Amino acid sequence: MSTAVAVVLLLALAAYAAFGGADFGAGFWDLTAGGAERGAAPRAVVERSIGPVWEANHVWLIFVLVVTWTAFPEAYAAIWLTMFVPLTIAAVGIVLRGASFAFRKAVVGTGVRRVFGGAFALSSVLVPFCLGAVAGGIAAGEVPAGGRAGDPVTSWLNPVSIAVGVLAVALAAYLAAVYLVRDARHGDDPAMVGYFRRRAVAAAVVAGVVAAVGLVVVDRDAHPVFEELVTTALPLVVAGTLCAVGALLLLLRDATRGARVLAVLAVTGVIAAWGVAQWPDLLPGALTVADAAAPDGTLTALVAAVGLGLLLVAPSFVLLYVLAQRRLLPEEGVEP
Amino acid sequence: MVLPVDQLAAAAAAVSAVDPVPWARSQMAFTLGFHIILVPLGVSWAAMALIANYRGVKHDDRDALELAQRWSKYMAVTFAVGAVTGTVLSFEFGLLWPRFMAQWGDAFGVPFAFEGIFFFLEAIFVAIYIFGWRRLRPWPHFWTGVPIVLTGVLGSVSVVAANAWMNAPTGYTLDSSGRIATVDPVRVIFNDSMPWQAAHMVVAAYLVGGCLVASVYAFAMLRGRRDRYHRLGFTIAFTVAAIAAPIQMGVGDGLARWVYENQPVKFAAIELVPETSSDVPETLLGRLGPDGQVEGGLPIPGLASWLSDPSTGRDTVVQGLDSVPADERPTTREVNTVHLAWDVMVGIGTLLLLLAGWYGVVWLVRRRAPRGRLFLAAVSASGVLAVLAMEAGWIVTEVGRQPWIVYEVMRVEDAATGNEGVWATFVGVVLLYLVLGTTTVLVLRAMSRRFRRQAAFRDDDTPYGPSPDGVGRVPDDARAPEPAAGGAAPDQDARGPR
Repeated sequence: MSTAVAVVLLLALAAYAAFGGADFGAGFWDLTAGGAERGAAPRAVVERSIGPVWEANHVWLIFVLVVTWTAFPEAYAAIWLTMFVPLTIAAVGIVLRGASFAFRKAVVGTGVRRVFGGAFALSSVLVPFCLGAVAGGIAAGEVPAGGRAGDPVTSWLNPVSIAVGVLAVALAAYLAAVYLVRDARHGDDPAMVGYFRRRAVAAAVVAGVVAAVGLVVVDRDAHPVFEELVTTALPLVVAGTLCAVGALLLLLRDATRGARVLAVLAVTGVIAAWGVAQWPDLLPGALTVADAAAPDGTLTALVAAVGLGLLLVAPSFVLLYVLAQRRLLPEEGVEP
Repeated sequence: MVLPVDQLAAAAAAVSAVDPVPWARSQMAFTLGFHIILVPLGVSWAAMALIANYRGVKHDDRDALELAQRWSKYMAVTFAVGAVTGTVLSFEFGLLWPRFMAQWGDAFGVPFAFEGIFFFLEAIFVAIYIFGWRRLRPWPHFWTGVPIVLTGVLGSVSVVAANAWMNAPTGYTLDSSGRIATVDPVRVIFNDSMPWQAAHMVVAAYLVGGCLVASVYAFAMLRGRRDRYHRLGFTIAFTVAAIAAPIQMGVGDGLARWVYENQPVKFAAIELVPETSSDVPETLLGRLGPDGQVEGGLPIPGLASWLSDPSTGRDTVVQGLDSVPADERPTTREVNTVHLAWDVMVGIGTLLLLLAGWYGVVWLVRRRAPRGRLFLAAVSASGVLAVLAMEAGWIVTEVGRQPWIVYEVMRVEDAATGNEGVWATFVGVVLLYLVLGTTTVLVLRAMSRRFRRQAAFRDDDTPYGPSPDGVGRVPDDARAPEPAAGGAAPDQDARGPR
């Protein structure tokens, strides 16, 4: 049962990376879009693309937190005891990001919009870095169990953490660019299609380089995880890499629909490989999944909640995405 | 100049060596107290918008439709702020209470798993509803709003179930080392306190939300904007509040009796009862003095006993604070806080009930809402008062449980983090939230002014700079004259979704 919940947790993390991550990435492109005049067009695509969906995508994070504290309370407590600095920064970033995105939409003055937009975009980079750094610190075995706190600074400012943090930002930017190509196409905006396609290719290359460097760092500083990555998790690593390369080729050939699917699979591959490489540990060197797990009654309730979620949330999510996509068709919903 | 390095270091050490527990409590109280203001809007505003929406579609009422549309735009902002401040709370469970989560996460977390599902659905349908105005046909669009109302209620019931479990911990067994061995999720969620607490919170959401929204329109009407648009907004919101007010009295009374039977020490703090006895007076205001006796206030003889159990009347024995050792009851300061908060909650609740009665009587007699300046002034004040009552009620629940975080099972100081830096995050959070709160109010106000100026509000225009066709862009310094009657729109194209 604990294995099932661990798989649910990993899938929820992958969903957060694929949906929420892309929203963070959209913030990255918002940040780098340039001044008010020059950046107006890409920002319009960003705004249309994530406006209706970012809140629903954000809920994946809450879901991950809830599943972690309910199913693995001891591990949850240990992670927060050690990682309170990056998690506090992430919390502040989440507040700034969500609020300022909503505010930016609701105000009219360019100056005010710029302030909110800046807060939104900056925190869109800060939050994935911090969350990635936490994941890296966990993988590097920086989180002890048993109610002790690890080092408040080096636990998340070590080579592995920084590599994973930067990788998180790069993957988010990459995913977002791939999505935005398609959204720009729906908006019938060829200039923006090219704009985001160039950025998607660049981000893919950067993410690939960061991932390669990250592997070297993991080999040096989190060797047990690296061992597993090149043995047990190797099929996932290879599959993820193939998907990434395939997505890049499709992007270059301008076949964005396929590129989108492959890009999501590539990111999912990274997370799945991480999960498998750490297995059966939840906190490497400190706590296994089985030892951290809550009693069966709790796990059953969690699985029931997930079942309810699949029944209710999945169709609603599809409805939201279908509507969000359709609203970009110019012949629909245009005001008289 | 030589810096007083030693003194600075000593001061820094003194600050950082402070006990983290009060800081953790303060930070949780502050962030939860902030978030709880957004809860009634999230739960009840959608319902009010749907009432307006229904009226608008059914009777082709353009004022009602416009009301629903604008309300949903404001909702988008308050929902976003509520979502992020709610996320901060789930971070704080780990940041401030790691030992509580390590020990009880597997029981306490169960209701939250369901809350997560409801929040998912709420976020999805809020987006569909808000963005659906110009894209969906009227009735399908109306129906996409209904899940928001349901999930808002179910989500808050789930969260309150977790809090109720802290007041009535059940549904688990411990092993020999004191860790949770088994969990019965049904008994955790449906704990004894849950039905009363959940009902009290849901009705509070409608009462507070109704008063808050109505107060804005009552204030505008006082200032002369008495057009149909404002009257409609006022009537829908205040009718919701007026229905909720008497229900809340009944539910609150039931919850108080539950506390009397199950959390006697909390009840003793609420009613200011130092010693166990019968014929206990209901003391209005007053306080517990340093010698443990009640000072001041207006005692109504026997009423507390009578209310606790009318079947035995004034003979009902009420357990006093002295029924448990001093270290298992709230401190004198906490008792006084709880009692004052109780008086504030019940007092404001009574005022709101009277206001609702006034409204109801005028409706019955004259078939219309009262329009007098006194009534409108009272409703204008009711929004802030209702929020105060809700905050006070929450203080009664939380401070009244002291020193326990899980009633009679775990103490607050055993649950808190040992991290001495909490004082710094507390300061940071207060500053951040002050900015957030101020900005939220300013943004809502700016939206309302823009709506009044009838600048068509487009949610898909360019985030920066002028939008392509110039619609929806008002120069920062534009001060268009307000229409004499306000609200009513001359520009038909700009106002209706269809």
